[in-house]
Amino acid sequence: MSEHTAHGTMTLKLIVWRQKGPTEPGRFETYLARNITEHHSFLEMLDVVNEDLINDGKEPIVFDHDCREGICGTCSQVINGLAHGGQTRTTVCQLHMRTFKDGDTIYIEPWRAKAFPILKDLMVDRNALERIIQAGAYTSVNTGAAPDGNSILISKEDADYSMDAAECIGCGACVAACPNGAAMLFTGAKVSQFAALPQGQVEARERVFSMIEVMQKCGFGNCANHYDCQAVCPKDIDVKFIARLNREYLKALVM
Amino acid sequence: MSLLTGNVGRKVLMAVSGLFMVTFVVAHLLGNSTIFVGPDWINAYAEHLKELDLLVWPFRIFMFAMLSIHVFFGITLTLENWGANPDKYAVSRRPRSTFAGRTMIWTGLLLLAFLVFHLLQFTFKITPEVVKVVDAQGRFDVYTMMVAGLRNKMVAAFYVLSMVALFLHTFHGIQSIFQSIGLNNDRTMPKFIMIGKISAVVFLVVFSAIPILILTWVLS
Repeated sequence: MSEHTAHGTMTLKLIVWRQKGPTEPGRFETYLARNITEHHSFLEMLDVVNEDLINDGKEPIVFDHDCREGICGTCSQVINGLAHGGQTRTTVCQLHMRTFKDGDTIYIEPWRAKAFPILKDLMVDRNALERIIQAGAYTSVNTGAAPDGNSILISKEDADYSMDAAECIGCGACVAACPNGAAMLFTGAKVSQFAALPQGQVEARERVFSMIEVMQKCGFGNCANHYDCQAVCPKDIDVKFIARLNREYLKALVM
Repeated sequence: MSLLTGNVGRKVLMAVSGLFMVTFVVAHLLGNSTIFVGPDWINAYAEHLKELDLLVWPFRIFMFAMLSIHVFFGITLTLENWGANPDKYAVSRRPRSTFAGRTMIWTGLLLLAFLVFHLLQFTFKITPEVVKVVDAQGRFDVYTMMVAGLRNKMVAAFYVLSMVALFLHTFHGIQSIFQSIGLNNDRTMPKFIMIGKISAVVFLVVFSAIPILILTWVLS
């Protein structure tokens, strides 16, 4: 690791979860992050640490990342006990080092839930969320000529409501933050975005039943209305969508 | 997706059974409050309840069913939830969940123990210290039974502790009912949360006042 520390930069102590593979036991390792400026994003800070590790001939820390613009939902780390680091409406990639001070100790852990097995270090398998999507988060349409633009009218209120739910980027922070490892905020958002629209009505019953069933089969826990999920959600998905999921389920039961 | 095995279905059953029990607690609180007016009032109240003889057993069976559903699913759901989140974080911060919410299983089990004792003591009247006398008008003297029973410091302390558990359980539980049965939206949610918190405080204050006032000889 480079010993040189540039003037005006921060040095931080990182305590990071390292795990070689899904079946290997994991442990915390301590690293020093040197030459970090306040302009580094959290992931860029890890890039710096990884370069040092590579230069030293060591295995870099594996973590998920993709767009680094806060929109793809790939980055996934629990930082000092909070999914995405606890900045309001912020993903890890948009968390910047200006929120830390020189000399800070930072715990970095992967999402922890039975439904999200750890693949390596900070990377977890979030396919369970995809399986919930596949179970019903779609509408079936007949292909053919493009439909008329305004053939199905949707009120502004409904469109806004649906868009609020559709803002979910599927990062899984809700599951990571849930004391029960439940995926109700995710599933609630996915069900609600269709429930509010006319196109979603045709398959409404099958959708809610099969999505709940798959959610349960994937090993997610049950919602106990703690609402930690909304607090860490980088898109601030509202827990009212969980109530909507419950309501859609009850509607489907009597339909 | 069955109501009895499904993820959401069982939460709905928890909510509905909880709602009936909270309604019962409110009725019980109103009835018990007659003790603050005087011995004559609570004895008269008990006598009136007795006159509803035909309704009492069906009602008890119904409440027992609600309790059984709530306890059974409460325990099984909790065990499932522990299983779904087996590896704990080294550092864990809880941004929005409450102590009350995270201790529902423990406050619930304490309330169950309390309920068993409370029924044995004041409903079936088979605990050793129960005083069974009639008042001047020949009615069963509930007031004397309560005062004698709750003058025991250990019993009174258990009652107050249980009411703290009821406070915590309903603090999280009441608002949770509305969320689980899907009635929450932007407009209603803050109101349901407020109703839950106020009710929990009222339950704590009124129910705890009875053993405390008896122990301090205000009621004698």
